[in-house]
Amino acid sequence: MSVRPGTGHSLRGRLAAFDDPDAMLKALRRLRQEGFSQLEVYGPHAVEGVDELLGRRARALPLVVVAAGMLGVVGGFFLQYWGMVLGYPLNIGGRPLNSWPAFAPSTFELAALTILLIGFLAFCRVCRLPRLYDPIFDAPGFEHASQDRFLIWIAEREGHDDHDLLRRLLPEGEGVRIDEVPA
Amino acid sequence: MSASTETEQELARVVEPGVTALAVTAHVSGLVLERRTPLWWWVGFGLAFGLFVLFLAAVGWLFIRGVGIWGIDWPIAWGFAIGNYVWWVGMASGGTLISALFFLTRSDWRSATSRIAETMTVFCVACAGIMPVIHLGRWWYFYWLFPYPNTMALWPQFRSPLHWDFVAILVYVAGSLLFWYVGLLPDFATLRDRARRRWQRIFYGLLALGWQGSSQHWRQFRMLYGLFAALMAPLVCSIHSIVGLDFAGGLTPGWHETQFPPYFVFGAALSGFAVVLMLVIPLRRALELTGVITLRHIDVLARLMLTASLLLSYCYLIEVFMPFYRGEEREITVMTSLLTGYYAPWYWAKIVLNGLVPQLLWIRPLRLNRPLLFLVALCVVIGMWIERYVIVVGSLHRNHSESSWFVFVPTVWDWATLAGSVGLFLTGFFLALRFIPMVSMFELRDLLHKKQAGGGR
Repeated sequence: MSVRPGTGHSLRGRLAAFDDPDAMLKALRRLRQEGFSQLEVYGPHAVEGVDELLGRRARALPLVVVAAGMLGVVGGFFLQYWGMVLGYPLNIGGRPLNSWPAFAPSTFELAALTILLIGFLAFCRVCRLPRLYDPIFDAPGFEHASQDRFLIWIAEREGHDDHDLLRRLLPEGEGVRIDEVPA
Repeated sequence: MSASTETEQELARVVEPGVTALAVTAHVSGLVLERRTPLWWWVGFGLAFGLFVLFLAAVGWLFIRGVGIWGIDWPIAWGFAIGNYVWWVGMASGGTLISALFFLTRSDWRSATSRIAETMTVFCVACAGIMPVIHLGRWWYFYWLFPYPNTMALWPQFRSPLHWDFVAILVYVAGSLLFWYVGLLPDFATLRDRARRRWQRIFYGLLALGWQGSSQHWRQFRMLYGLFAALMAPLVCSIHSIVGLDFAGGLTPGWHETQFPPYFVFGAALSGFAVVLMLVIPLRRALELTGVITLRHIDVLARLMLTASLLLSYCYLIEVFMPFYRGEEREITVMTSLLTGYYAPWYWAKIVLNGLVPQLLWIRPLRLNRPLLFLVALCVVIGMWIERYVIVVGSLHRNHSESSWFVFVPTVWDWATLAGSVGLFLTGFFLALRFIPMVSMFELRDLLHKKQAGGGR
């Protein structure tokens, strides 16, 4: 069973809380070195270096946005081309029907609109929003993740008892606290 | 330490010393969640709501009687409504420029002021969007502007700058709202998690959409936010260029100007920075935000206003120069009429308020004198409305044919619509003050962490 993107906590696990993002980064590095792979970080702001340590890159969103932009340009232009040239051609003083320079502003605007709307929907999709309830919200102290604490969620590994290893890797005190998280 | 170096240091700080991330989060969310609604809010909201009722009355009467209640007639068929539209949409640019353009330049002073500015944008755009619709006369047909399949062989004229403008407003409204909302998501989650009352948890919980702050969420968020910023910055330039083309596309003397697209972008930026200053100066005291909105913010905004004023003044010079350089008779008629005729007081008021008054800001003690700076910003906001009025009415009143020379006299309903639209803006803004965090909390957490790590100022 793998960690679901965007949530990462469909499994039993532990939550380690840090007051300081740098301490959290150090701990994350140690965990990676010890071979923990099913990890997720929650925090009140983005921290440089977390994505590299977790080995994640955003792939879907940029591609979706490029596609949306192309759709917007082609669709926006065709909307005007169809109206002015194919659907309702009007000969005004012999001017060309396909007056493409005059179609450019609306094409740009419609492409921007397409990117904005599809970009937002794609963002919701990859983040699995809206998702008003999630088991992670029940974890003790999780409300601090949006205020002042950085949490590392560590999935329980099958066949391992990581309890003592984690106690050693992440010594409690110094702003670190470990909580068991039910599935 | 001498006084001048002390000021230098104060001007370099985007956050006052001793301000911590948790304190900012607690204070800003407390303003929304915990604080008893202060008296000034009730007074301000009451006045704003009174004006808003006036707006409803003015628009209601307009819907009953039609646009004849205004001073417009042939040949001056564009009056206050179009001037108001350009004025409101111009002021809206302030929020977009600060939150999008200065996001792209990675300016660290932007974080504390961006929320106030963006909120301002959203309500300015609302006021702007209403104006062309009520100006239509038969406003209930406004959906004819949309290209939709119909049995009337009806299709919009996509080649017309007026239709470009319709598309541009539509996209700008949608973009401003989305940009504002996406930027609020992490802050709504903070409010959800800090809320004590049940309705607050439900209200902010719904608005937060279930934001978790996972690394996945932040990665996608930062990508989307950067993308939106990169789109909104050119969008704000495009909408004002297109507003300029609304006029430049007409053959009316005084409007048929190639310089109009940048002219309108500069004017929009000037009024945008001015209105942001008018909001930031009182709000940093009223919301006790002096720790995060420092003298540096005030100074930067004042400098930006001065820069925009200089750019616009250059356009004003070209505006006078070109008719005489071209030697086009009717253009010279319009220009001499503006300089010396019926609308000369308005014309000179715009020169003084937008071009001359902001020159005071060359002097630093004047820039840092908040009451004076507020007055300068107020002059600019009024001056920009006058500029739009002069552009719309001044050209139309001296058209090509002498038989259609006319003077526009606004009626009480013109003024009521203008004052009422201010009420619409303020009502919305006061409600936002009460229910929405006025400083981007997560951006300040980020900023404070970076300052700490860099050991910086």
